[in-house]
Amino acid sequence: MPEKTLVSDITDDVIVPGVKKKDPIVVAHAVSRRFGGLTAVDVAHLEIPRGSITALIGPNGAGKTTFFNLLTGFDKPNTGNWTFKGKSLAGVPAFKVSRMGMVRTFQLTKALSGMTVLENMRLGATKQGGENIFVSLFKPLWKAKEDEITERAMQLLAKFKLDTKKDDYASSLSGGQKKLLEMARALMSSPELVMLDEPMAGVNPALTQSLLGHIVNLKDEGMTVLFVEHDMHMVNTIADWVIVMAEGKVVAEGPPSTVMSDPAVIDAYLGAHHATDLGTIEGQLEVAEEMQSDLIRNEVEQDAEAAGIAVPGHESAPTADAPSTPVDTEEKK
Amino acid sequence: MNGNFIWLAIGQIFDPTVAAYALATIGLVIHFGFTGLLNFGQAGFMAVGGYAFAITSVIYSWPLWGSFLAAIVAATIFALILGIPTLRLRADYLSIVTIAAAEIIRLSVKTPEFSDVTGGSEGINGAARAFNAVNPLPEGRFGLMGTPLVYNQDQWWIRIVGWGLVALACLLVFLLMRSPWGRVIMGIREDEDAVRSLGKNVFSYKIQALILGGVLGGLAGVVFILPRSLQPDNYGTQLTFFLYTIMLLGGAATVFGPVVGSIIFWVTLSLTDGLLSLGIEAGVLPLTTTQTGPIRFIIVGVALMLLVIFRPQGIFGKKKDLHFA
Repeated sequence: MPEKTLVSDITDDVIVPGVKKKDPIVVAHAVSRRFGGLTAVDVAHLEIPRGSITALIGPNGAGKTTFFNLLTGFDKPNTGNWTFKGKSLAGVPAFKVSRMGMVRTFQLTKALSGMTVLENMRLGATKQGGENIFVSLFKPLWKAKEDEITERAMQLLAKFKLDTKKDDYASSLSGGQKKLLEMARALMSSPELVMLDEPMAGVNPALTQSLLGHIVNLKDEGMTVLFVEHDMHMVNTIADWVIVMAEGKVVAEGPPSTVMSDPAVIDAYLGAHHATDLGTIEGQLEVAEEMQSDLIRNEVEQDAEAAGIAVPGHESAPTADAPSTPVDTEEKK
Repeated sequence: MNGNFIWLAIGQIFDPTVAAYALATIGLVIHFGFTGLLNFGQAGFMAVGGYAFAITSVIYSWPLWGSFLAAIVAATIFALILGIPTLRLRADYLSIVTIAAAEIIRLSVKTPEFSDVTGGSEGINGAARAFNAVNPLPEGRFGLMGTPLVYNQDQWWIRIVGWGLVALACLLVFLLMRSPWGRVIMGIREDEDAVRSLGKNVFSYKIQALILGGVLGGLAGVVFILPRSLQPDNYGTQLTFFLYTIMLLGGAATVFGPVVGSIIFWVTLSLTDGLLSLGIEAGVLPLTTTQTGPIRFIIVGVALMLLVIFRPQGIFGKKKDLHFA
């Protein structure tokens, strides 16, 4: 279990949506974005704490990715202002935002598939003079910097276990490896804030574990991480702070444990059974009980008996339900 | 009719027109093959370069270097006019605008109102005068005596300069594409937003690539008109699509592909012409001599279809570089 930043280190105020942070790296105020009649994002006030891992969660269509796009300059809001390290970012184009130290990844991985893994990494580097068209013609002018970049790229690739693939085309990587490559590439510029849009989507459990490790490492190296994720276990494990969006607004924020038990969040996003594993009989029974559906309960129990699994709470159930249940099911049949 | 057509076909290998097509295609390769810009108006860039050169040298009697500079500057301005409004938008907009702009150029120079300067639909004659005046070669005819491969000093001069420019352009593309600049350019071809997220000014790079390829197109226009007169109707959309054919033949993201593609394109046209005429003369083919022209292009078209089906990366291309399939 990674060490978490204490809530008291993040904020002293009463925790409500839009609470002031002790040391915010990003401050957004009255940011809204409309697509025709639809208000995709309408954030009154939001601060992202520096040096910690913040998760942005919410149902599909809550405006998480749009908010990401607005913060990073990939989209322009209709109203509002927002700052990064105290500097206003309104009207700053995406590439300049990135140069300021706020680098993002994409929900749909954007590995440059026609280029090798190493070239992908090198592209992430900054301050390569050879990217100027006139300088680029004379190799001695950029060779030294290129060697430096390559060395850093190889270190990062080794960390992400991609170093053996350096000469492969990015298109030959698996989906999970492309996610790793995209993250590694974003780190080439040594950013201060890393924004990951669903870094775990479509990644197998073993790789998820190592990705989690990498994200926690980023924090240990002093970077701030903001990520969008649907996997609650992951959010619980690594996030210091959770922001919940629904219908474009921030509906709740706080440390993971508090936020996950907030009734507003459960209603809007998690659902009452978010902690229940629906893959097991026990989980299904729990849900059935909650729904007070004898029909479902009966069916599940029958299945369980047929499979020879002891059903918890089975002994007490027949006495109460015996008279009514069989009739019910037969009538339905 | 005799075996002379084979010599003529061989002569295509050094032909200045072939050099002009190769040069324009190198520009197109920078646009389409490396940067992913869908420029359907390379004929327009050639026209702009050719007209700028011919007008300044014939009508205004500028010195030779001034006319070359005018061609480069005109192509640059043309690229800026096309690029600034469209390159921030999706890729398709550039293709629509370039194809239209090339036609606008061709039709505008033909209007009688401009004919004092552009020569109207007659075009401009004698653009090569200043160019031939600086020819250092001694007067006379050289080459393989006894074959049609014998040219006078001016014909040699344009061949040397034309292919010299092609060689320089190849060197330039080679140097650029192995450099970090080329890496950014190819990254843009793969995914603009990804490159933007890594802190590169994508718009600026696209403009640079558009200008660079456009200037090569403009210089190709100059090489194209030097051995002949300037005719506005040479710059129709057909020319652009010939350049695309050449590019796909050689390989879209290669340095030497355009050169080889251009030579193959013209040698094939010349050879089929000769062979068809031979067949007609011998009474083997049920065609008339006027039909040979179109038939040649049908053959080239079929060859291109076969190529795209069986070797879509072109002759020089690597399969993995195939970004458009």
